[in-house]
Amino acid sequence: MSDHELRVSKIRNGTVIDHIRAGQALNVLAILGIDGSGDETVSVGMNVPSDRMSHKDIVKVEGRELSQDEVDVLSLIAPESTINIIREYEVAEKQHLERPDRVVGVLSCPNHNCITNADEPVETKFDVLADGVRCEYCETIVRDDIAAHISVE
Amino acid sequence: MRHDHLVTTKQLSREDIEEVLDRAAEIDADPAAFADRHPTALLGLCFFEPSTRTKMSFETAIKRLGGDTVDMGSVESSSVKKGESLADTARVVEGYADALVLRHPSQGAAKMVGDFVDVPLLNAGDGAGHHPTQTLLDLYTIREAAGLDDLTVGIMGDLKYGRTVHSLAHALTNFDADQHFVSPESLKLPRSVRYDLHESGANVREHTDLEAVLPSLDVLYVTRIQRERFPDENEYQEIAGEYGIDLETLEDASDDLTVMHPLPRVDEIAPEVDDTEYANYFEQAHNGVPVRMALLDLMLEAQE
Ligand SMILES: [Zn+2]
Repeated sequence: MSDHELRVSKIRNGTVIDHIRAGQALNVLAILGIDGSGDETVSVGMNVPSDRMSHKDIVKVEGRELSQDEVDVLSLIAPESTINIIREYEVAEKQHLERPDRVVGVLSCPNHNCITNADEPVETKFDVLADGVRCEYCETIVRDDIAAHISVE
Repeated sequence: MRHDHLVTTKQLSREDIEEVLDRAAEIDADPAAFADRHPTALLGLCFFEPSTRTKMSFETAIKRLGGDTVDMGSVESSSVKKGESLADTARVVEGYADALVLRHPSQGAAKMVGDFVDVPLLNAGDGAGHHPTQTLLDLYTIREAAGLDDLTVGIMGDLKYGRTVHSLAHALTNFDADQHFVSPESLKLPRSVRYDLHESGANVREHTDLEAVLPSLDVLYVTRIQRERFPDENEYQEIAGEYGIDLETLEDASDDLTVMHPLPRVDEIAPEVDDTEYANYFEQAHNGVPVRMALLDLMLEAQE
């Protein structure tokens, strides 16, 4: 991280999600359920020049560490990103993204005829495949643009 | 059967399938011996879309085992109309019955209900998803006619929405079977079925034309192409005509070919085929009762 970025929004406690593929920052916010209505302080950098990836997005969330569920979904949408947990202005932990075997309750199924889209007391469950995800109920496979199916409110 | 619920044929091993077919053969040979197998059993019928034949077949099966049915009735007259969830309906009917049969228009419905109920659940069709009891009677018919090994099967028609096709294709991966899928481009196997077949290492080929593959087939499984899948009536007529069979089509077939169809047919198989040695679809339909008796018998037995 360059000094410049740190000056923009240095956080005391929270999470910095770095090296997000350019253009994915808003999807990352969606996964985290951040829409500006909460009281977290959030800074977003979009299309920031980066040594490693030419351009990248970056999200910094004050006062919040990510849950494993959130990290799991991030790994599907933004597998190349890195997660730094900040405590007292220092990087206390670096979390590595690992693709989970399944994701529960975060993606909605694109098949309108799937039981998870009816008004039933059931959470969506997707198996993670090598190149996509698959609904455990109707078995529909989603390969492209998984971010479009994020159902986090 | 080591399973509480029968949701998809993917959960069945070759051993499971053979256990059901063997039991069905025993029943076929001596139905009277099974007449009092389950005298107190009540089978809950939850049909969220009409299917007179499948329903009658289950009714007949449980009654021939000495049991009876409780029927939630048509959706129009039930509390479903008032907005009750499927999960709630299933849990209520579970309280009345020893096993449930579910037919539902949504894919994945049976899997979901299976998570909510403890009595055995049989999936009798979930949207374009699965129809495992149909597959078991299909396999029974194939075994009687041609055996289940060293088999070349052609499956023709609507492969995209045809749940009987999906269930059969999965089940055949347990056997030494080459599978040839014949359909118009627009009705090819869905991605998810192709994915599973590939994962299981099945020997599968896809064709748009029956001609080349017909002579090598032991079994030709024909399915209906539904008119409502086509916005344009002419397009439907053209395709439906191309994926039907008559005596002329069958000229190149092997003498031992077995022609099957899950029924009802519209005009996929010309009536002139009915009187030939090839025709096996009415036999196939009759096999529904002994096979469903066998399934119910095994599942209820495991519960006792
Ligand atoms: Zn689904």
